[in-house]
Amino acid sequence: MAAVTAGPTARGAARPRRTLWRDRRRALGGLALHRAVVGVPMLAGLSGLVFLLADRSPFDPLAAHLGARYQQVSAEQRESLSGALGFDAPWWQAWWAWVGDLLRGDLGWSRVYAMPVSEVFAERLPWTLLLSGTALAGAVLAALLLGTAAGLAPGGALDRAVTRTGVLVQAVPPFVLALGSVTVFAVLLRWAPVAGAAEPGEPHTAAGVARHLVLPAVTLALTQLPWALLAVRTAVARATGSEAVRAARARGLTPARVVAAHVLPVSLAPLATIVGARLPELVVGAVLVEEVFAWPGLAGAVVGSAQALDFPLLAALTVATTAVVLVGSLLADAAYLLLDPRVGTDA
Amino acid sequence: MTRPVPTRTLLTGTALVAALALTSCAGPPAAGPSGSPTRIVLADAQPLGGYDPVDGYGELGVSPVFEGLLRPESTGDDRLPDLAPALAAAPPEPNGDSTVWDVELRTDVVFSDGSALDADDVVATYSAVLDPATASEIAASYSMIESVTATGDHSVRFTLHHPYYAFPARMSLGITPEEEITPGPAADSGRNRRPVGTGPYVLAELDAEQAVFEANPHYHGTAPQVTELVTLYLPDDNTRAQRMRAGGVDGTVLPPTAAATFAGADGVDVLSVRTADWRGLSLPAENAFASDGAARLAMNLAVDRDGIIEHVLAGHGRPAHTPVAEVYGEAHEPEAVFDHDPDEAARLLDGAGWREGPDGIRERDGDRAAFTLYYLASDSLRRDLATAFAAEMLPLGIEVDVRGGTWDDMGSHTADAAILLGGGDKPYDLDTQVYATLHTREEGTPTFENPGDLAVPGVDEALEDARRSPDAAERAELYREVQRAYVEHPTYVFLAFADHTYVSAENDWDSGPLVLEPHAHGVSWGPWWNLAGWRR
Repeated sequence: MAAVTAGPTARGAARPRRTLWRDRRRALGGLALHRAVVGVPMLAGLSGLVFLLADRSPFDPLAAHLGARYQQVSAEQRESLSGALGFDAPWWQAWWAWVGDLLRGDLGWSRVYAMPVSEVFAERLPWTLLLSGTALAGAVLAALLLGTAAGLAPGGALDRAVTRTGVLVQAVPPFVLALGSVTVFAVLLRWAPVAGAAEPGEPHTAAGVARHLVLPAVTLALTQLPWALLAVRTAVARATGSEAVRAARARGLTPARVVAAHVLPVSLAPLATIVGARLPELVVGAVLVEEVFAWPGLAGAVVGSAQALDFPLLAALTVATTAVVLVGSLLADAAYLLLDPRVGTDA
Repeated sequence: MTRPVPTRTLLTGTALVAALALTSCAGPPAAGPSGSPTRIVLADAQPLGGYDPVDGYGELGVSPVFEGLLRPESTGDDRLPDLAPALAAAPPEPNGDSTVWDVELRTDVVFSDGSALDADDVVATYSAVLDPATASEIAASYSMIESVTATGDHSVRFTLHHPYYAFPARMSLGITPEEEITPGPAADSGRNRRPVGTGPYVLAELDAEQAVFEANPHYHGTAPQVTELVTLYLPDDNTRAQRMRAGGVDGTVLPPTAAATFAGADGVDVLSVRTADWRGLSLPAENAFASDGAARLAMNLAVDRDGIIEHVLAGHGRPAHTPVAEVYGEAHEPEAVFDHDPDEAARLLDGAGWREGPDGIRERDGDRAAFTLYYLASDSLRRDLATAFAAEMLPLGIEVDVRGGTWDDMGSHTADAAILLGGGDKPYDLDTQVYATLHTREEGTPTFENPGDLAVPGVDEALEDARRSPDAAERAELYREVQRAYVEHPTYVFLAFADHTYVSAENDWDSGPLVLEPHAHGVSWGPWWNLAGWRR
């Protein structure tokens, strides 16, 4: 690091970056505004769609609420219960009440967890962020390392092994991967705990959570690794063959400098976009992994709220997930703008 | 574009993560619990929270946190438990025709929040259940109550709409302090996550993963020796089984087939507990075949109950001929059974004019011996039972079209289709076990009780007389009469009482007798139903 900042190139590099930010500030603002204009009505419409679909679905919220007790309830009692619980309101009324509460900052009450939806988020969101964040970071790091190593020698033994393994892992459904890793690492080898975020009855300690995090995070990272890895490998392979890299080699730069200064910067931009575009897959993967590992996160609550037809929680989760995907793709495009000067903002 | 710094940070970061991953994998091996641990960790399939007695939590008097006026006291799962005073100071006193019940309360009981128990708390809890605004899920079970009033600081009077000797079975409802009763639906109440009761344990901690119950310092009874109970929520059967195998969990509830994989495993006991939880099918009144009494009797004779139990329930069940199980002792009629006799069934059908048609299915005057059998699509056990029943009827020339559905779908087919039902949700008295199931439909009868509204001669009268009779021997005779009448003119095909299966880590605790279980199961039942009574 010191060697670089002391060199003359560093002073040269500082200026273009500032100019880049100044040039792109307006473009970024425009991009964000454009996305907001599309995104906010889309989220509103989507939340309405959740209520409409739930209403049209063959599932009766009262039956979900009563479970086995439904069998012991008479028709009159069902009517009275539906009225008292608010299940008999038309879907648009329920949706409108939900939107009104939302605008007042009230996310509603989750019946399946018997607490306010905002508390469900407060209790579970950190766990989901920890798991998905760790998994995504792990996947990106591993993709960069393996992808770069494979891309530097396309067609080599390492490249063939990495590419084939990547395709194979991509073909395995996440829940199979999750159940398989539980069986092998937790039950047979006993290297890691089977499920949860802490030993039963123990408080959540940093060491304990780290130990419980390894298996689900590695599993989730594995489900996300193949596409990131293959993208990096392709980008690196292309960059390695480019004139800029050949010129750098010709100037006698060390291989490490060539990779760090010339290959990686060009390969990072596609990775940023693809990470943004693949966020929905991370969310889906997290739902399955959290369910199998009994991770106390928000993704597990998606399953619970859907099974129980817990509308306020289901709508909030759907809208929040969609918002994450929209914001993720905005951030990815913004990163692309900053990373690659050739990109315009016509999107 | 020279930016080497991020890359180097990335590389260092990767090395760190890899090192962390390697070290954290080397955790302590999970050790199987042994001896008599004072903390018991159980994995349940039921979600955590929902600890509100107004909405039915611990309704039968089995809960770590709550107590009712009465509690079940068991000598084993092979007979009905006695209902013994818990918060009541003495057994409840009925008037001459069982329409007014007086209960004296104990005066030395304090809730876990420090407030003393008095009659107002009992009145408030029962009134909340009866109040339509709370939308209590169990209100239907208490519809016989006309009023509940405090007749003193520690005495309560229940006035009923009609004579009802079985009322003590409705006195195990958990009592919550009057101050905790709030307006609005019970499902939206804070009681679900902050239960305040008089039981041996208090809920000390509740998060997304687990509920921790600790000994209640205010408990009026003998302090429990198991001082901590941890309940985990693991909805997936496989995950619970794996967690049990990996150790660290003292017990869990599993379906019979999954529990069977633990048979012979070191340090793990597999337990099968008797229940009054029957499975069977109602028969449609608006179907030419099923509305014929001879056809209903023939189906009851043709079905191989033992075979179904062996194959569908992995042997964990007992044949059901009527909704009255052997565990009801004196009131059970051992003669009221259907012999497995397909030949006699065929003769009965021939005699009633149901002759085999060209496609092998019997017919009479243009009506086919065929009907639809609905089951709850989300319940795989009911699906398997329905399929097994249909397979046994086909050789006899009866076509049963098996179809999955939601409660909603089935509700609109109660008269024209058979429905695979489960029962025994309130088994601690024969009235709640059989009255609505066998009596012809009355105002307020639940949709799925006798859905076909078929009548058995003499049964309505016997059930009503039993409800009024104060004499236990006389009631037992009336219930035996009900069973004898039923097997002459069956209106359902009862198949089996399903045992509930649990796996439990071996320990040195004396956990006392098991208790006959209702339809509901989970880790509040099994060997842990009376955890506070475990002794070294």
